[in-house]
Amino acid sequence: MVDEVLRLEGVTKSYGLGTPAETEVLHGIDLVLEKGEFSALIGPSGSGKSTLLNIVGLLDRPTRGKLYISGRDTSTLDEAALTQLRGRTIGFVFQYHYLLSAFTALENVMMPMLLANGRPDEQMRVTARDLLEKVGLLPFQNSRATNMSGGQQQRVAIARALALNPPLVLADEPTGNLDTQSADNVFQLMKQVSAASKTTVLLVTHNMDLARRCDRIIELVDGRLVSDRATPAA
Amino acid sequence: MNDLLPFEWIAAIRFLREGRLQSLFIVSGVAIGVAVIVFMSALLSGMQVNIFKRVLTSQPHITLERPKEAARPQRADEPGEAVLATVQKPSQRVSTVDQWRKVRDDMRRRPDVLAVSPTVAGPAFVIRGDGSQAISLIGIDPEEYVKIVPIPEKIVAGTFRMTNSDMLVGTQLAEDLGVQLGDKLRVATAAGGSLTLTIAGVFDMGSRGVNQRNVYVLLTTAQNLLQLIGGVSSIDLTVPDPMQAEVVARSIANETGLDALSWIANNNQLFVALSAQTFTSEMIRFFVGLSVAAGIASVLVVSVVQRSKEVGILRAMGGSRGQLLRVFLIQGAVVGLLGSIIGSAIAAGLIAAWREIARNPDGTAMFPLTIDPQLFAWAALIATLTGLLAAVTPAIRAAHLEPVAAIRG
Ligand SMILES: Nc1ncnc2c1ncn2[C@@H]1O[C@H](COP(=O)(O)OP(=O)(O)OP(=O)(O)O)[C@@H](O)[C@H]1O
Ligand SMILES: [Mg+2]
Repeated sequence: MVDEVLRLEGVTKSYGLGTPAETEVLHGIDLVLEKGEFSALIGPSGSGKSTLLNIVGLLDRPTRGKLYISGRDTSTLDEAALTQLRGRTIGFVFQYHYLLSAFTALENVMMPMLLANGRPDEQMRVTARDLLEKVGLLPFQNSRATNMSGGQQQRVAIARALALNPPLVLADEPTGNLDTQSADNVFQLMKQVSAASKTTVLLVTHNMDLARRCDRIIELVDGRLVSDRATPAA
Repeated sequence: MNDLLPFEWIAAIRFLREGRLQSLFIVSGVAIGVAVIVFMSALLSGMQVNIFKRVLTSQPHITLERPKEAARPQRADEPGEAVLATVQKPSQRVSTVDQWRKVRDDMRRRPDVLAVSPTVAGPAFVIRGDGSQAISLIGIDPEEYVKIVPIPEKIVAGTFRMTNSDMLVGTQLAEDLGVQLGDKLRVATAAGGSLTLTIAGVFDMGSRGVNQRNVYVLLTTAQNLLQLIGGVSSIDLTVPDPMQAEVVARSIANETGLDALSWIANNNQLFVALSAQTFTSEMIRFFVGLSVAAGIASVLVVSVVQRSKEVGILRAMGGSRGQLLRVFLIQGAVVGLLGSIIGSAIAAGLIAAWREIARNPDGTAMFPLTIDPQLFAWAALIATLTGLLAAVTPAIRAAHLEPVAAIRG
């Protein structure tokens, strides 16, 4: 049996539950992501990609259906347990960089470790420096977000997502705001770190060129998975 | 990042530092509030202590006297018949406290009484040439009485010397009569007593009325003049805590059946005025505190809204509700504490300035304003708690932000 990082069974999501405006935006999604897999999630605007990603990322709960993370059923977990599980097993990279502007690049990368452990220590700094080195931004360790380009910020965000060495990294259009060159850099970097640490990545993108460079393309239309295929040249 | 601080403190301080202008404004707001409260409290307590001191220097804390004779109408009202009768008070002549030696000894044994001094006091006249002036003649046992009223400290001319032909007069009386140290004056009473006494000392009790009215003589001299041989008209007491005088007085009155008049009851008007003053200042304190709290709360509410995306990202990265709650609570407490430290410094400056400016015409300090460390500690504590309380609502909002909603583009 392959290592399964994530499993969705019959996941639906409705917004505005119990109101006249109730709408189901995900209709019975079944999906399995395996360890080290680098997948693209594509689909037209409004098809439910972000909604799905938020459910996978434990930021939101499915209306029906089950979500297993590393074989563990998450539907029985309470808010605090979900938060803890999220912190330790999932790294996020968002479209808008969302670095904390009150902290330096290095401190941003330390943040998931700081939240998990409560207090900073030297080991965290060492780990964070290693990660910044990997994304090529060690010289910027003491810079604030406001003094970095969009591409640089996104690379810091990738380093941050990897801080606790999570099995799963979720990225919602991480390159959507970047020029082609920077987008390519960031994408390249994600593939590289995923390969190096066997991290499973689920990446939402509108960019078909990037999607084709992933291991697998999952397509969502109107809240349903309409295609799920391995890319030939991956 | 300081390795000794937990995440919550680090984030709280960074957020405050980043929101520089907002933080500056709100800390100044708290500082001004604290400065006003601390300075006002110091001013008020300095003034009240000063007033008490003045009033107390020339008065015993409690005076025990024989109960006033109640006027009893001679006829009882018939039922169903209204009777209009004028009841006149019996004339209150100077009368002695029954068994005063026993009362004195009983009082000396009480732990809540510091000093006991029997005195004979009554109305009299001083006569000089063809002029005369009404005075209040007070016969004292010098050794005991100085524990009640520190006359020796108040002597401005002559000495606190008391033989049976000596008298001590106030500066005002000396001036009115145009007499000075060593002059002789005749003292007479309505009871028929009359003696010629020498001015051995002139005192200044800090009150014009007292300086004009009070004349101190030996107990035996006053007994002769007021025709109260072997008796005393009152027993004067000092208690450890002057503010408790009324409580002690009641207990003594119950026990002895004597009239026990405390300086508090004696200066009722003053106390009404002072407590009105205290009440007003408490109201001001309360409302200043309230507006400070409202200021802190509103700044933090705005800051939570401004930082909702950052709160969302922290939650996504594994930050718990409790952690986010504390980040904002700490911001409130830090603002309160910082504001109170700065405010206390401002208040200390104001107090120092007041000491320089508020002087009597003769250049002495009008009244001493003390910088009470306890007051500052209280201000810091209360301001910090106020900040903490004010932060509760914004902090709960931050803790309950849905990470999805916060992160959505
Ligand atoms: N909080 C919400 N309340 C109600 N409806 C919502 C909410 N969030 C999303 N939706 C709706 O759900 C559907 C899916 O939205 P979602 O953001 O998941 O799409 P998406 O595939 O990520 O789109 P895009 O490519 O534009 O980011 C849309 O119709 C959207 O309007
Ligand atoms: Mg989206």
